[in-house]
Amino acid sequence: MALNIKQTAVAGTMESSDVMVTVKPAEGQGLVIHLQSNVLTTFGDQIRATVQEVFSDFGIRDAEVFLVDKGAIDCVIRARVQAAICRASGEGFNWKGEDK
Amino acid sequence: MGKIALKRTSLYASGASPVNLLQARFYNEDCLVYDLEDSVPVQEKDAARLLVYNLVKYQRPVGKYVIIRVNGIYSEYIDEDLEAAVRACPDAIRIPKVEHAYEVQKIAKRISEIEKAAGIEEGSIELWCNIESYLGVLNAREIAESDPRVVALALGAEDFTASMKAARTKASLEIFYARNAILMACRAAGVEAIDAVFSDINDVEGLKEDVKLTRNLGFDGKTVVHPRQVDVVNAAFTPSKKEINYALRVLAAVEEGKRQHKGAVTLGGDMIDKPMELRAQTTLAQARAAGINV
Repeated sequence: MALNIKQTAVAGTMESSDVMVTVKPAEGQGLVIHLQSNVLTTFGDQIRATVQEVFSDFGIRDAEVFLVDKGAIDCVIRARVQAAICRASGEGFNWKGEDK
Repeated sequence: MGKIALKRTSLYASGASPVNLLQARFYNEDCLVYDLEDSVPVQEKDAARLLVYNLVKYQRPVGKYVIIRVNGIYSEYIDEDLEAAVRACPDAIRIPKVEHAYEVQKIAKRISEIEKAAGIEEGSIELWCNIESYLGVLNAREIAESDPRVVALALGAEDFTASMKAARTKASLEIFYARNAILMACRAAGVEAIDAVFSDINDVEGLKEDVKLTRNLGFDGKTVVHPRQVDVVNAAFTPSKKEINYALRVLAAVEEGKRQHKGAVTLGGDMIDKPMELRAQTTLAQARAAGINV
């Protein structure tokens, strides 16, 4: 079941190896990603692809996402986006959805 | 994945901090404990759980025994912690503040249910039980024998001494009984005994003294809270060349005695009895586990 982004929520920190992710409601606007990163040129596309994949897993089409990346690796980005989505939707993570 | 025999050091890394989680693997600890409990603020429990899950699933450290410490059995976080921890497939889940065998059995049953639902081989995830109260110490043997998943008991000295209304001192006389009670429970159950943290990370000499006692008592390893403690503890649990040579001489003398059908064997004037032979075998086993060619 798709989740709805109901409120603005943040996950992550500005520490090294982390990424601060802010998710906001954006009804009818699609998925809008704003990315700040020191490695934007090299890894920007990969970071965006990870964010899109996580939103797709949740079945969310509309949201505005702000990422301030401090050198986070893929699984950290994934975890922080998942946490921000859960907080913004007010729903817990669907662990059974991981059983593929 | 094959189990790693050495458990000299288990280093905690906070589930709240990606940099801590990622850097921890680059030290020489045998066991890496990704923590969801004390090092994670209440408002970050959800995010830490997802972080540890993703890290263990997608960036599992190679050559380490991976443990996830979940929140307490009676906490509001335990159900979801187990959902995440089991699906991450660590080598073990570490349960804090265990006081009764039935608590472990309840957790083990829930782990089995999640393993089954997630298509994970049932029984593949081991359990470490933290003993952190007088009740846990009194029930240590039952806890150690409570379930086949249990492979280690670990003493948590700060909470234990608080439960005893005792002061926590560097001399550690206040935990001497608890250390021995846990050790005996572990030996009776055939599981490993892990000693408590030495909290003063700046006192290397104090740590050396403390871990010397830890090893002399018979513990298999020690929990550490800072990377700078890892090599000191590993060294203490790795037999020295002198100890290895003595063990080899003891076993050679025993073999020679058998060849000559002698009832009693001596080495340098000392009588070699069965306990000495067992200690020599243990020394060589520890040396081999540490990668020393014996």
